[in-house]
Amino acid sequence: MNRLAPEVLAPPPDLASAVPAVGILSAEKTYPNGTQALLPVDLSIAEGEFITLLGPSGCGKSTLLKMVAGMLEPSNGRLLLWRKPVAQLAQTGRKMAFVFQSPTLMPWASVQTNVRLPLDLAGVPRAEGDARVAEALELVGLAKFAGALPRALSGGMQMRVSIARGLVTQPDLLLMDEPFGALDEITRHKLDADLLELWRKKKLTVIFVTHSIHEAVFLSSRVIMMAARPGRVVEQFSIDEPYPRSADFMVSPQFSRYAKQLQDSLMRASSAHDTVDA
Amino acid sequence: MTTQARIPLLAQPRVQRVMYPLLVGLVLLAAWQGVVTAMELPPYLVPSPLLMLQTLVTDWQALGLALWATLKITVLSFLLAVLIGVLISFLFVQSKRIETALFPYAVLLQVTPIVAVAPLIIIWVKNPTAAMVVCAALVALFPIISNTTLGLRSIDPDLQSYFKLNHATRWQQLVRLRIPSALPYFFGGLRISSGLALIGAVVAEFVAGTGGAGAGLAYQILQSGFQLNIPRMFAALLLISLTGVGLFVLMAWLSKWALGSWHASELSQD
Repeated sequence: MNRLAPEVLAPPPDLASAVPAVGILSAEKTYPNGTQALLPVDLSIAEGEFITLLGPSGCGKSTLLKMVAGMLEPSNGRLLLWRKPVAQLAQTGRKMAFVFQSPTLMPWASVQTNVRLPLDLAGVPRAEGDARVAEALELVGLAKFAGALPRALSGGMQMRVSIARGLVTQPDLLLMDEPFGALDEITRHKLDADLLELWRKKKLTVIFVTHSIHEAVFLSSRVIMMAARPGRVVEQFSIDEPYPRSADFMVSPQFSRYAKQLQDSLMRASSAHDTVDA
Repeated sequence: MTTQARIPLLAQPRVQRVMYPLLVGLVLLAAWQGVVTAMELPPYLVPSPLLMLQTLVTDWQALGLALWATLKITVLSFLLAVLIGVLISFLFVQSKRIETALFPYAVLLQVTPIVAVAPLIIIWVKNPTAAMVVCAALVALFPIISNTTLGLRSIDPDLQSYFKLNHATRWQQLVRLRIPSALPYFFGGLRISSGLALIGAVVAEFVAGTGGAGAGLAYQILQSGFQLNIPRMFAALLLISLTGVGLFVLMAWLSKWALGSWHASELSQD
């Protein structure tokens, strides 16, 4: 068995001294029927990092993200947010937002009401809520569409609404589960660039799930490479390209080099799995 | 609307939706009239459409009152069915156990023919109007329960996760998520149920009518049968059908108004 020994994947040295936003301590997920969705993962994420979980379908990247969000309980191990268990996030005074793969908007409610939803649920007064909604819609460039119904918007715009809903609570940690997976490539590039700008402006910590190598290289400060059957973390890469990153970065030789590295790692991971199988 | 010369108007789908069925109706009526006249069928077998309309006018005093009586029972039973049906649906979605325990009895209620139960209800309930309302409400109840329950459960799972992630209370989930998600299903149920309420009312009148309790359209049909007053029977039948169509159109319009107004109501909050 060449099952990888769990080693702590720590942030790069320059961020190592920073406050750990997310601590994943031997968290694993095995379903009652014995399916191993995710082997134990140890991962520490510093405040302000942009982390990408990259891997093929079934590698447990969404499972890991949902455990960080508290939507799934790990079958073993612990998950900490600012050194507190996920369920006690409120005590740390920090906030988290989750953006799903689909926009998951309420079809009967206007853009404005959709974005205000987390504030309404938290009991924020209407006037204050509306001001913050206007600000969030401004951030994603949809200020003009506050009164529109979701079905009147394109897929990309609906996703922006979903992101605005994530930002309106002014989160410290933004979790995104393949948010742009269903969009066309041009729209995706645009939203990727906008997301990076938001991340820098708002000093967010982002965990971003994707199966696109190019998206991972373009966005991340650190890529966590995962593999399937059983789902596990295999390697991590720092993308040492300074921000802000422009579209030029995507056609640069460094970009290709990073992409190649990730590609090779992905191949190694799947071939290792094949030899285990054989 | 006989502006047949203007082709653009006729090409409109909205006009066509009314025009085509209307044409079929007119052709059928003309054929009916033609057959009755050509074969010289006696009015006590098949009255012609014209005679039927004539009877409707001359006997309006009796028929109008009968229509009012039937309409009253239909509307009351429909409202009762909506109220009880929605309450039961809310009960069902509170826990899967409650639904599992009670749903078979809702089905039992649905599959038992109302004609068989109606005499019992009419004996039990002293007030004849109340008895007929109960009968008709029993018929109309099931679509409301099943549709509303289905609707309250048909929630986008991701959206529900989102509500849970934001620590939404049960009440918030009900008001902000379940009820709006259920509305389209609920209105579908209303459409079916309104027709069933009418059927239930007519059946209840048939059962109760012989006791001399009701003066509704079904009673008119029974009486006309005894007297071989077939034109009046047809006129009463026409009124029942028109009532059914009217209810259906009303429900369709209500549904469109309620579901379409989400947009407008949201805009007015801005």
